[in-house]
Amino acid sequence: MKKALTTIAFGLAAGVAFTGVAAAQETLQQIRDRGQLICGSNTGLSGFGVPDAQGNWTGFDVEYCRALAVAIFDDPNAVSFIPLSAKDRFTALQAGEVDVLFRNSTSTMSRDTSLGLDFPAINYYDGQGFMVNASLGVTSALELDGASVCVQQGTTTELNLADFFRRNNMDYEPVTFAQSVEAVEAYLSGRCDAFTTDASGLASERLRAPTPGDHVILPEIISKEPLGPVVRHGDNNWADIVRWLHYAMLEAEEYGVTSANAQELRDTSEAPGIRRLLGVEGNFGEMIGLDNNWSFNVISKIGNYGEVFDRNIGEGSPVGLSRGLNALYTDGGLQYGHPIR
Amino acid sequence: MASVVDQAPPRASLIYDPRVRGFFFQGVLVLLIGWMAYEAVTNAVENLRAARIASGFGFLGQPAGFDINQTFIEYSAAASTYGDALVVGLLNTLLVAAIGIVLATIIGFAAGIARLSKNWILAKVASAYVEIIRNLPLLLQLLFWYNAVLSTLPSARDAIELAPGFYLSVRGLSLPAAVFDGRAILILIAFGVGIVVSLLVRRWAKARQAATGEQFPIGLTMLGLVVGLPVLAWLLLTLSGGTPVTFDVPQQGRFNLTGGSQLFPEFVALVLGLAIYTGAFIAEVVRAGILAVSRGQTEAASSLGLKPGQTMRFVIIPQAMRVIVPPLTSQYLNLTKNSSLAVAIGYPDLVQVFMGTVLNQTGQAVEVVAITMAVYLIISLVTSFFMNMYNRRIALVER
Ligand SMILES: N[C@@H](CCC(=O)N[C@@H](CS)C(=O)NCC(=O)O)C(=O)O
Repeated sequence: MKKALTTIAFGLAAGVAFTGVAAAQETLQQIRDRGQLICGSNTGLSGFGVPDAQGNWTGFDVEYCRALAVAIFDDPNAVSFIPLSAKDRFTALQAGEVDVLFRNSTSTMSRDTSLGLDFPAINYYDGQGFMVNASLGVTSALELDGASVCVQQGTTTELNLADFFRRNNMDYEPVTFAQSVEAVEAYLSGRCDAFTTDASGLASERLRAPTPGDHVILPEIISKEPLGPVVRHGDNNWADIVRWLHYAMLEAEEYGVTSANAQELRDTSEAPGIRRLLGVEGNFGEMIGLDNNWSFNVISKIGNYGEVFDRNIGEGSPVGLSRGLNALYTDGGLQYGHPIR
Repeated sequence: MASVVDQAPPRASLIYDPRVRGFFFQGVLVLLIGWMAYEAVTNAVENLRAARIASGFGFLGQPAGFDINQTFIEYSAAASTYGDALVVGLLNTLLVAAIGIVLATIIGFAAGIARLSKNWILAKVASAYVEIIRNLPLLLQLLFWYNAVLSTLPSARDAIELAPGFYLSVRGLSLPAAVFDGRAILILIAFGVGIVVSLLVRRWAKARQAATGEQFPIGLTMLGLVVGLPVLAWLLLTLSGGTPVTFDVPQQGRFNLTGGSQLFPEFVALVLGLAIYTGAFIAEVVRAGILAVSRGQTEAASSLGLKPGQTMRFVIIPQAMRVIVPPLTSQYLNLTKNSSLAVAIGYPDLVQVFMGTVLNQTGQAVEVVAITMAVYLIISLVTSFFMNMYNRRIALVER
């Protein structure tokens, strides 16, 4: 991956130096011409984005990529995945190697502005936590004074970690790795007392341990991590597509439209919200340059937000996350689909 | 054809003058390259602006906000800038390169000479080392040292106590740190004086040997001066009632051994990996250099009564050095550049800190890549400069 970064970074350097300005409004057209979407994904975070034994990508973020492919091509397989480590991802997006990142990336002001990026939607509200070996007997992150902490490079995690110890006047030794696997392996080998990342990532990375039960996730959440897809700044139509994809999946959950009943509701439902969502009324697909069936296709082939969540990272899955902040606003959470009308 | 000789040289037009032509084409080339560089830079600035990616070097003064474990300058997330992080990474790279070069040279010379040894086992061991190490990718070897060797050490709580105050664990080696008080500067001065005096003694001894053939135990004298003078200074200071040097001994803390100084496993793995890998190449360079010195030299030396060790030291190696130094320089440059594989094992070198964290946090790939390339270029040029100087000094001086 170091090679990949170097190549991408040099590619970007050479690219900006010797090419003309690419017209910004053309991502969708490029994808159509190419015949498939290129999605920047995790290198491997189980539940979120990971290739299975057959090499098929699965996970919460991966299904969002497939949903996007369905919205454009009505085909969940018209997408290829480029695994990107935390520090390579934005350079790859800037350089045009991928059309969109679906890779637990935190929306921050500097990324949104000085990196030339946009965060059209937040599909997972998260916060950073710590994981320690249960045998240490630590029950609070405030007891970590003097600890060694393994962390992945190029993340908000790295910065929050410094903030947290500074805020609480505690000492620590950061051990920084380029890949999350390396950081987790180093933690598991005892090089560090604690491993830190987004709480969702902790739940997922804990599954790498030989006996996950030996590791506890400490209660403190030390930051806000609104995670979501990322696109290049400047192509507003493309950002709209990504944003409304997320809202359509949220509205579907809110209205009780699922992959199982979408066809039936499309044929029979009299509810105006559902009829608009499923493309029976209005031309909402056309407004963003897609077919009017776009959201119907997404819901029937992939499912609504709740289905995607439960299947990949929900309480019934190995990762076992509760909806928490990601419950619909109607259930006291923050996920709030804007009206499709 | 003979008539050509008789003719006066024709006064050709300037266009046909090869020198003028040469200047002309070189001028055109320089202009062309200059124009391309100018276009590339202005175009890059324009493209970055259009993509709304920040550009310029102002970020070097922005607060860094992240921590680094091994730092040789005062560095903290709170008070340091990205520019400081660059310096920290650079110093870490230089440290690994310097120590790696010294170790690789020692290993390489030992293995290269051993490979030519008449002792069958020694020669075979040396060739096995060279053949195995040289043929395995360096990255693999680094991962081996880091993940297969160092990470199997016991946890910090069960650290092995090698000697009082020296603890070895998966966190690395913790050792007592010397803490100096104000008057300790005298010890440092004594050390400096020791070095200067011993260099003078060496010159005198050499001159005397050249003139009279009398030998002088230079090595022992130098050791005595360099070590003895500071120890004497310390003794005097202590006797006069001070504690110029105290030792901060590592203690078992809740998580880690705290206090003392620490050699991190990332550092150890990188230095070991680089030195052992490059040492194998240097061994071959040394072997080739020695074989390039004709056998007659050895025979002449032994017929003068020199022992094999002396023959090696005074006759063979000095001549072999002329062949060894240029490829040796390349190996030193390789080692320095290979140290950027540090990223794979989390050692905070220039590439890991600057091309990794800083590039990602600032998003300024173009500037960061340019600075990193410039820094490596400078390190390499400086190394070559000194090695070339050394090469000229040992080159055959024709009289
Ligand atoms: N949300 C943070 C961290 C994201 C992140 O990269 N997390 C790590 C640890 S959970 C990860 O996903 N690693 C998997 C990978 O690199 O593929 C950010 O955007 O900076």
